[in-house]
Amino acid sequence: MTTTLKSVDAVLVGFGWTGAIMGQQLCDAGLHVVALERGPWRDTATDFATGFAQDELRYMWRHHLFQNVSDDTLTIRNNVNQEALPMRHLGSFLLGTGVGSGGVHWNGQIWRFLPTDFLTKSHNQQRYGKKAVSDYDLTVQDWGVTYEELEPYYDQFDKVCGTSGKAGNLKGEIQPGGNPFEGARANEYPTPPMPQTLGPTLFGKAAAELGRHPFPHPTGNLSEAYVNPLGAQLGACTYCGFCEKFGCGNYSKASPQTTILPYLMQESNFTLKTECEVLRVELTPDRKRATGVTYVNSAGEEFFQPADMVILSAYVLQNVRLLLLSGIGKPYDPKTGEGVVGKNYAYQTMSSVNVFFDDKILNPFIGAGALATVIDDFNGDNFDHSGLGFIGGAYIAGMVTGGRPIEMIYTPQGTPAWGLEWKHAAAKNYLRSFSLSVHGSCMSARGNYLDLDPTYRDIHGRPMLRMTFDFTGNDHKMSDYLTDRAAEVAKAMNPREIKVNRRTGSWSVVPYQTTHNTGGAIMGDNPKNSVVNKYLQTWDVPNVFSMGAGAFPQNAGYNPTGTLAALAYMSADAIKSRYLKAPGPLVRA
Amino acid sequence: MSEKNLDRRHFLIGTIAAGVAGVSAGPVHDGELGAPPQTFRGAVPWQEGTADAPPEASGSGYVYFTPAEATFIEAAVGRLIPNDPVGPGGVEANVPFFLDRQLAGPFGRGDHYYLGGPWPRGTPEQGYQGRYNPAQLYRAAIAAIDKYAGANLGAPTFAALAAADQDNTLKGLESGEIALDGGVDAKSFFAMLLQNTKEGYFSDPIYGGNKDMGAWKMIGFPGAHYDYKEWVSRHGEAVPYPTVGLKGRPGWRKARS
Repeated sequence: MTTTLKSVDAVLVGFGWTGAIMGQQLCDAGLHVVALERGPWRDTATDFATGFAQDELRYMWRHHLFQNVSDDTLTIRNNVNQEALPMRHLGSFLLGTGVGSGGVHWNGQIWRFLPTDFLTKSHNQQRYGKKAVSDYDLTVQDWGVTYEELEPYYDQFDKVCGTSGKAGNLKGEIQPGGNPFEGARANEYPTPPMPQTLGPTLFGKAAAELGRHPFPHPTGNLSEAYVNPLGAQLGACTYCGFCEKFGCGNYSKASPQTTILPYLMQESNFTLKTECEVLRVELTPDRKRATGVTYVNSAGEEFFQPADMVILSAYVLQNVRLLLLSGIGKPYDPKTGEGVVGKNYAYQTMSSVNVFFDDKILNPFIGAGALATVIDDFNGDNFDHSGLGFIGGAYIAGMVTGGRPIEMIYTPQGTPAWGLEWKHAAAKNYLRSFSLSVHGSCMSARGNYLDLDPTYRDIHGRPMLRMTFDFTGNDHKMSDYLTDRAAEVAKAMNPREIKVNRRTGSWSVVPYQTTHNTGGAIMGDNPKNSVVNKYLQTWDVPNVFSMGAGAFPQNAGYNPTGTLAALAYMSADAIKSRYLKAPGPLVRA
Repeated sequence: MSEKNLDRRHFLIGTIAAGVAGVSAGPVHDGELGAPPQTFRGAVPWQEGTADAPPEASGSGYVYFTPAEATFIEAAVGRLIPNDPVGPGGVEANVPFFLDRQLAGPFGRGDHYYLGGPWPRGTPEQGYQGRYNPAQLYRAAIAAIDKYAGANLGAPTFAALAAADQDNTLKGLESGEIALDGGVDAKSFFAMLLQNTKEGYFSDPIYGGNKDMGAWKMIGFPGAHYDYKEWVSRHGEAVPYPTVGLKGRPGWRKARS
């Protein structure tokens, strides 16, 4: 039996970064908002206090803050000729759950995409010809939004987080010490960049000697204490080296908990319900309007929550699945290329280079999620791709997120994985090694998509999401070229030796790579090529909005959170200034 | 505690009551599955005494491994991480005890594994596709490896082999060249055993391994320190902090007495 609840102005499905942003924005506009989160409540003092936050086994390897896949996972395969099988254990990506979700256990790497990243198809086609954007069955698109339109909202997110960094382009003027390739910023970062440890410092020197343009990584691990516009207070980072995969016990990492919830949770028109999983969005018989959502709580009780607006603010994979399960938009068919829901799933193409010294102590345990010196010379279209056979690029970061010993001991090329030789290599190199991360783009392609699995079902009896994905020739060529550029910097650091970890073969679910899944609910300028318009409003059901990186038509060579947060703020602005006055499509199809 | 009656919530209550960092027994906050639904309005909720403190391994001896299994595990862990003056071996670091408690607990039961069927073998890229949870996989694999040693290497068990033959057998499991009976995928088991062994070697001592923080001392990891601000800009200097775990270090106890 389903209990029907009192209607609200807006229901949020999922309560991580985009849920918190939309909740705060819509409550400030006077709306009554209910957020439904399938995981538990989480706060700093209770769930990741400094007394026990630095526990590599529990959080990283036993997945204490991650989505528990035992009753709901997804199925995976590399191509349509394979049978998709369940992801039985987390590996390649570490999905979030609970209040704050991935915003609790992210690194805090806050990036803006390049102006040309929003014009992936038209820009590259104009500069390199039609083949550049169609080889390898690429299906890249323009976003339908420009960097200039998004800039105020990137700025808004920076101010909420207190992002630490150095601007490289202020209102068109290139600034020394920042990223000279970035799009123009209206304002400097709210807080100064983090000071760097020895490894990133050596990386920056070597990169500069090669003529590159090193700068400190923009970070949500704060360099100094900060009070944001919502009155939330963050402390200065203590470099404990437990950010990614961990919650910050020190209130130093920007997260929904540290930046928005202290304000939002006190709003009388906001209600949060935890352990409540939304099963589907309910539509009117003509399927043109959502009436609300049906959810089930951890006690097994089912409810219908009527709402004037439904905001899908869960993770990419859940948002796409809910669209498919609810019949919103036409599912994508890779055979015909028709349909849009599930289209252009993309990921991140990662590789690395390890550097080993004899004579330098690097203290890798002094780390932070975004403690790095970076070069952006070979990202996006910051360099001439003529004759290279690929589009896109990567940032290369000399990064120390920490020195957690189960995960982060680097051993030289040819070292066995166990035995005395391994132990000796670990003992010799732990304090004296360093890793360069190559954080590459992933261009969408015809065969990479999301749909519903025909065989496997979750605990509620719903089909699991099926992911069909492999890296394309474009990704491999890009990654090889970029990994070579990273190896050049590594050698210029004058180490004893280096080890190059290329991105080879098919995508595997086993080794951790990154939780940057994108696409499947992509944005665009018309309903034929996209699920949502530039305000993240679904074309087919105008009172349903789909947040997050699902809107990315392909993935750029940066971490996604800055961009998906900016998109959420832009959506909220359009809802407040236009939609509420005249509910209906914000862009005419 | 047997495997069957070790309910996760009781496990947490029991170990919190046993005393981790001054946390008293109280309403258990479960950071994972199965908490009751809650509604929050008007305030940031916070409740005294509900910190989600970690579950500590306790007791001595084996509760999951049979004597025969323990013999195998001690032999295998001793080859995966041998002992020598550079640093402790896996056995000396108490890794077999760690593995036993892990397999007796939620990890062994596969509390974070999806184990529903059907179970086709799949491609290497699709990862673990077994039906066994980790505790079951260890049990089946150890029996199958001892059987393999008996049938092919002229020894009653893996543990009875000479060290070099043990190494060759482990290499055969690692590469998948050795096929095992009992529906056990040799590569999957080896990968899990090696991963869990390194976990026991390098995790916080509260979980029963990394005895005296010897593995951390060997590599130079100072442990659960929380503030390195002073050392960020002191490039190339060795950080002199003594190694510390979540429950402290021996010096703390001395200072108190």
